Amino acid sequence: MIYKVISKNEFRAFVDALVRANTSYGPRQVDTGRNGEPVYQFMPVSSASEIAFDYTVTTSSAKHLIMPFREELSKFRFRDGDWDQEVRYDAPPIVLFGLRPCDINAINILDEVMLNGPYPSPYYLARRKNTFIVGMDHLPLPDCFCRSMNRHTVSRGFNLFASDIGESYFLSINSSKAYNFLKEFETTEPTEEDDCKLIERRKLIKQSFKTNVEVTGLPMFLDLEFDSPIWEKWGNKCLNCGSCAMVCPTCYCYNVEERVATGLESSSRQRRLYSCNLIDFAEVSGGHNFRPKNGDRLKYRYYHHYRGFAINDNQQICVGCNRCGRTCLASINPKEVINDLRLEKESCMTCVSPSPQRS
Amino acid sequence: MHDLRFTIPAEELNREPFTRASPDFSKKSALMVTDRGYKCRITNIVPLSEHERLFQLRIVDPRERELFAFRPGQFLMLEVPGYGEAPISISSATSHREFIELCIRKAGHVTSALYEARPGAFVAVRGPFGTSFPMEAMQEHDVLLIAGGLGIAPLRAPLFWINDHRDHYRNVSFLYGAKEASQMLFAYQFEEWKTVSHIDLRTIVEKPDEKWTGRTGMITSLFEEITIDTKNTWAIVCGPPVMFKSVCTHLDKLGIPMNRMFVSLERRMHCGMGKCCRCMVGSTFTCLDGPVFDYWSVMNLKEAI
Repeated sequence: MIYKVISKNEFRAFVDALVRANTSYGPRQVDTGRNGEPVYQFMPVSSASEIAFDYTVTTSSAKHLIMPFREELSKFRFRDGDWDQEVRYDAPPIVLFGLRPCDINAINILDEVMLNGPYPSPYYLARRKNTFIVGMDHLPLPDCFCRSMNRHTVSRGFNLFASDIGESYFLSINSSKAYNFLKEFETTEPTEEDDCKLIERRKLIKQSFKTNVEVTGLPMFLDLEFDSPIWEKWGNKCLNCGSCAMVCPTCYCYNVEERVATGLESSSRQRRLYSCNLIDFAEVSGGHNFRPKNGDRLKYRYYHHYRGFAINDNQQICVGCNRCGRTCLASINPKEVINDLRLEKESCMTCVSPSPQRS
Repeated sequence: MHDLRFTIPAEELNREPFTRASPDFSKKSALMVTDRGYKCRITNIVPLSEHERLFQLRIVDPRERELFAFRPGQFLMLEVPGYGEAPISISSATSHREFIELCIRKAGHVTSALYEARPGAFVAVRGPFGTSFPMEAMQEHDVLLIAGGLGIAPLRAPLFWINDHRDHYRNVSFLYGAKEASQMLFAYQFEEWKTVSHIDLRTIVEKPDEKWTGRTGMITSLFEEITIDTKNTWAIVCGPPVMFKSVCTHLDKLGIPMNRMFVSLERRMHCGMGKCCRCMVGSTFTCLDGPVFDYWSVMNLKEAI
């Protein structure tokens, strides 16, 4: 990693040159929310003037730019009672600009899931290798809890990361490509003062978190609470819409479906992102559903995020961005669910063995 | 204007060996498996009962036929182009490399489409995937195979395996139960297994018709007929969850260690490679850590039964 300092104007010029020459995605205001607040999304951008440099967070994550909602895995071409299967997994190079640390951490988690294990995914690898990521830090929103998940800083997975230190940006350069691009622009070596400013900035971010979710020992709590009534309580609220998985930066469960072209000459096998809250997630042929109740499915999502499965066993894949909480139509958010879960267990513990001070 | 276009050389991305190589199951392999399946011709369709048929497939490409090697208990993803893919356990002998046999019940979207197919049609298979029965560890021991209904499908591969290596196994018993006599599958092979393979095969039917002359009742009542050397027995149980739960509980009471009882689970699957998460049971994947689990693991998995 090489560190440089760049003035805000020069950085803008760099970003402009970068996004003009490449297929790029960056944060843009697309709408205004219920209370007049701006709604941001990662959208195609072709110049720096289109980018909202001082955006808060996007409603959807950057996941779908690396794992699209719909992606063709292969194609069957039918001919004379026979077929040929065509597989393509090349991806055009893209630039993702303005990702927050939680977004980059989420992509690192997806890397681990999709590129580890006995069957790494070539489709994912092709896209991931052709993605140039520029990150930017930000002050957390009141409901962000990435600090609790220890995902408020990021040290890998990006090409370039810009920390705001007042008049300029403190750049962490993590790839030779980014270094070469920056040679064309005016950067300076960080001075001691810059270092101090960066530390101050980090301190400020760290102190700005208003939401804390206690996740220590959560995998064990989840195992103990497998049959807890709180799942039914929250499950009854859940509408099974799958919005949480849609906006989540790490939800990657999918469906594979086949689409026959209207001319019947070909059929395309497509991977479509799915949600474990949708009713037929675990339904097998013949109609048996392994998770028939709302609560079972909601619990499954929390298990996947906070207990971890198989490849990411005991690793929490939640990054604490609270996008699911903001999006949920039924106001289900991870903070309250986890607190509920812990409350139940802790009250039970004090009941069994009261601490000596209290008696 | 600065030129900042960057690319990664195409050869770094499109490496042809990814597509056709068969993964090595013994270690974490660096091979990349794409969506490409082995093209198969349906060579024969044998009706077994009202809702079950045996499909015999032959991989068209001789090189791919050579690559497709599996172990008893593994499954494959069967693709009917235009309809979709379904996980199916392999019912043929591991030593028989020319054909793949799949015992399939008409149950869902893909299998219904398959039932419309005639011999000569082309389908695709991906795989094999998943864990297998530890046939080597069972050597020099008694083997007890218990199947209920369609549960005989994954048990045919270990039965053929035992037949191929009969000298290495001691007493082999096979208990097979079905709801009705007409639902008993592979009845035409029973004599062969009894006389050629020296397998103590016993059948039982829950609801007998007029023609049935054998035993009637639940499968657990067959345990009264046989003596089990619990210290030296390995068990393989396949069937509906209700059945293997009661059978395994019974075997546990008899004293067979839980890690010597094997069951095969089934779940919805979309990839077979531990990515789509549809087959998650408890905290493991049925496609990678299963479908063959020892009963101890199943007992400790949440929502397994």
